Amino acid sequence: MQSIAAAPHIFWAILFIILPLIIVVFYAFTDANGKFSFSNIASLPSYASIFLLSLELSVIATAICLLLGYPLAYIIAKSNPRNQKIFIMLLMLPMWTNLLIRTYSIMAILDNGGILNTLLNTSMHIVGTKGAVIFGMVYDFLPYMVLPIYTCISKIDKNMWEAASDLGCNTFTTLTKVIIPLSRSGIISGVTMVLVPSISTFYISQKLGGGTFELIGDTIERQFVTGALNVGAAISLVMMVLIIISLTVMNKFGDPDDGGIIV
Amino acid sequence: MKKYASRIYLCLIFGILYIPIATVILFSFNNSPSTAEFSGFSFYWYKELFRSEEAWIALRNTLILAISSSLIATVIGTAAAEGIYKMRSKLLKLTINSVTNIPMMNPDIVTGMSMMLFFAAIMGIFRIADYNNIGFLAMLISHTTFCLPYVILSVLPRINELGDSLSEAALDLGCTPIRAFFKVKLPNIMPGVISGLVLAFTMSLDDFVISYFVGPTNFQTLPLLIYSMTKKTVKPDMYALSTIIIISVFTLLIASNIKSIIHTSPKRFKKGGKIR
Amino acid sequence: MIKRLLCIATLLSLVFSFVSCKSKDDEKNATKRVEDMSYSYKSGEVITLNVYNWGEYISDGSEGSDDVNAMFEEYFNRELSAKYGGIKIKVEYSTYANNEDMYSKLKNSAVSYDVIIPSDYMIEKMKNEGMLYSFDTSSLSNYGNILEQFKNENAYYDPDNCYSVPYTYGMVGIIYNKTIVSPEDVKDKSWSLLWNEKYAGNILQFNNPRDALATAMYWKGLYVNTTDTKVWDEAYELLKQQKPLLQGYVNDEIFNKMQSESAAVAPYYVGDFLIMSEEEENLAFYYPKEGSNYFVDAMCIPTCSSNPHLAKEYINFMISEDAAVANATYIGYASPNSAVINSEDYKAAMDEYAYEGENGEGAYELLYNYMPDEVNKEYNAKFPKITSPACYRSFDADTQAHVNTLWENLKISGSTELWVHITSVLIVVSVVAYASYSIYIKKKRSKFYRNRDKVNKKA
Repeated sequence: MQSIAAAPHIFWAILFIILPLIIVVFYAFTDANGKFSFSNIASLPSYASIFLLSLELSVIATAICLLLGYPLAYIIAKSNPRNQKIFIMLLMLPMWTNLLIRTYSIMAILDNGGILNTLLNTSMHIVGTKGAVIFGMVYDFLPYMVLPIYTCISKIDKNMWEAASDLGCNTFTTLTKVIIPLSRSGIISGVTMVLVPSISTFYISQKLGGGTFELIGDTIERQFVTGALNVGAAISLVMMVLIIISLTVMNKFGDPDDGGIIV
Repeated sequence: MKKYASRIYLCLIFGILYIPIATVILFSFNNSPSTAEFSGFSFYWYKELFRSEEAWIALRNTLILAISSSLIATVIGTAAAEGIYKMRSKLLKLTINSVTNIPMMNPDIVTGMSMMLFFAAIMGIFRIADYNNIGFLAMLISHTTFCLPYVILSVLPRINELGDSLSEAALDLGCTPIRAFFKVKLPNIMPGVISGLVLAFTMSLDDFVISYFVGPTNFQTLPLLIYSMTKKTVKPDMYALSTIIIISVFTLLIASNIKSIIHTSPKRFKKGGKIR
Repeated sequence: MIKRLLCIATLLSLVFSFVSCKSKDDEKNATKRVEDMSYSYKSGEVITLNVYNWGEYISDGSEGSDDVNAMFEEYFNRELSAKYGGIKIKVEYSTYANNEDMYSKLKNSAVSYDVIIPSDYMIEKMKNEGMLYSFDTSSLSNYGNILEQFKNENAYYDPDNCYSVPYTYGMVGIIYNKTIVSPEDVKDKSWSLLWNEKYAGNILQFNNPRDALATAMYWKGLYVNTTDTKVWDEAYELLKQQKPLLQGYVNDEIFNKMQSESAAVAPYYVGDFLIMSEEEENLAFYYPKEGSNYFVDAMCIPTCSSNPHLAKEYINFMISEDAAVANATYIGYASPNSAVINSEDYKAAMDEYAYEGENGEGAYELLYNYMPDEVNKEYNAKFPKITSPACYRSFDADTQAHVNTLWENLKISGSTELWVHITSVLIVVSVVAYASYSIYIKKKRSKFYRNRDKVNKKA
């Protein structure tokens, strides 16, 4: 009977999680006057190219995060405990600095007349390209990739390393045959935590993309600003469904016991 | 050799991570309004910042919101974790867990949009003419909602780890269930509760997207202020504000770390209670 | 479980009822007069006056300027408090990026603003939709400060002077960086500079449909208020051609971009150019010879205001000499206020701008010596039947919808570089390959163990 303690939460979840989502569905299937209509859903194919672009950019950013972040997490986990604490702190600190400020400051550095170009006395055109947006995503979300992988690696029993080398593994094969498969759940939650915010970002693409191309987050934001809420709701709905499907698929590959626990 | 390679790699990544932050700090001391050309050292922008009421109100709002929403989320979330643990039905457990995780899995922009539409509907139902009247409440509810999963996720594993034996012992010794929870269980799961609280506080403090969708005009938080500032001409006063935040967070982190170094493991065992 | 479903069903039905009541409210479009409304305030009450304005469009006390809102609070609490039963006033000031954002905020979400400062065509539109209170402008003690050329039939958006009080006016021109743009490209003073491939990657464009499309329309001599969708499509095609040359679509971000020499060419307002030229002396400006947008921004009281009488006091204060001079000095836009134009302080402040045009004219001359009719002579001659064709007018709903669709298409148009596709496909392929490889290994392994168990059992 003590499960009654969950009652406030259940009440809260129904009222403020489920119900708002139902309202999104409701908006997606109605027009501005509240009449049932498929016109919002029908208009979605015109956003397919934006959808694809956001997906592509965020997939690339996630892959780069993984490639950069895994070695980092590995190095941190292998260093001595006191240094580990310092490194993790150093990694967390940028996360405490507001994302908007970090992104803006990247823009100030990379802009045509920015700090980088002034220092090098060049006129590289970086801001406004897709590369700049990917860089922004990697920069902003890298800690989200490193932290869960680090947690996972540091939890691996030290004996595993020894067992692997006893059985004839060198450092590289230990990594590929033992450590990486054992840290799979960390990788999956890291990938989730980078992919989801970068696919839906609008600030990074606004600042570093220069407004010449849009990601799906920008499109939703524009619908919100111009008051086309029904179309915005329809896009959000599709995005939500796609993300939930892909997350479920991804979690299939992780350990069922501890899927996606952070930090 | 390998050691040097890994050290160089660490330096490189941390270097890249910290260059933008370093420029923010550097340019906050610029004596011209440029954020690209450093022309001289001055405290001018700090003076400008301290004169602007807007920034202080936003800071106050952010703190009020983060403290209240993380506290509410911690109370509800801890209770929920205990309740979920006690549930017998596997299916119910699974359903609640997946519903709880929705705000965490969902992109912020979708949560923000859904919350905004929800409050628009609420205003229609209760015939509230001015959004500003429920603006703070809307922000509080939204922030609590997306903080909840983080609290539950950090408390639930602790409760699972602790198991039933201790509280059963307390019940056998004549405690009421509520007393047993507060006297025996809660102290033991406290680290989880605290980390949940801190996590929720951070999430709320840093949130921009959801506040952007839900925020009323009379309750501006720091991220919203920064957003509106970067839409206009950005002057180094925004950098000055960021520098103050970065430095205070940095001192806080160092202070808390020193504390944890002092409280090294032997003492923690002496305190007892914590079972692994 | 059933109870829960019932709860959801009731709440949903409430949502439906909300939607239906919303449409009813929209039908009441009759104008309300501020003077016909009564007010009652309690003594000592603190009233918040919500002011909604463009970004960087008021003297806000930064960098040694006067804080006009604080001046108003102080003035009101000292002089006018007694008139309104001893209340105190507090100004809540917030900003928007463009007319359309402001309009949709007022139209779609339940907000309450007491004073807004839209542009001419938006005032016309909001007036037609019953979103503005009318009020007796002649009852404002400072209304005499407003020049005659901004009243009556000259104020094409509000010929009865009963919805708005002019705040600023100005024209759009082209800002360029003298060190990057070569003199022969600006010699003919044309809009074509924005389409000049030499400056690809260095050009900025307005980030709102109307202003962006209009740059193409002035250039090609098309009527900017046309209802002919083909004309709009023509302008859209030009913008589509321009898109690959652009560094970005911007609003007020233009200040930083031009000042840091990140971009070289941009269309923007003359007043903002003056502000930019303070920080970056290499910037220059011209009014395009093909004609350009002439606009008036004016203060209005939207019907969502809860304190229209106090809003009137605010407006009256804003056209008083002190406030108007402070604002005109700070924002750099031309003022329709005689008290400003004749103010020696203002002239002195304008002389401080380093700006010097090719004929040696200073900031004051740049603002006040180029009369819109003069600049737009060529453009106006194309539309003899229309008075001041270069001004934006309010659209009908169909044209508005068409323009919005074009803008939407422009934003989502454009091709992605090949490397993005290739890299992401490679990543996806390798992930899938790795996943299927590990599944294959797992299967093989479990098969091996199963066989071994079988063998063991047999043994």
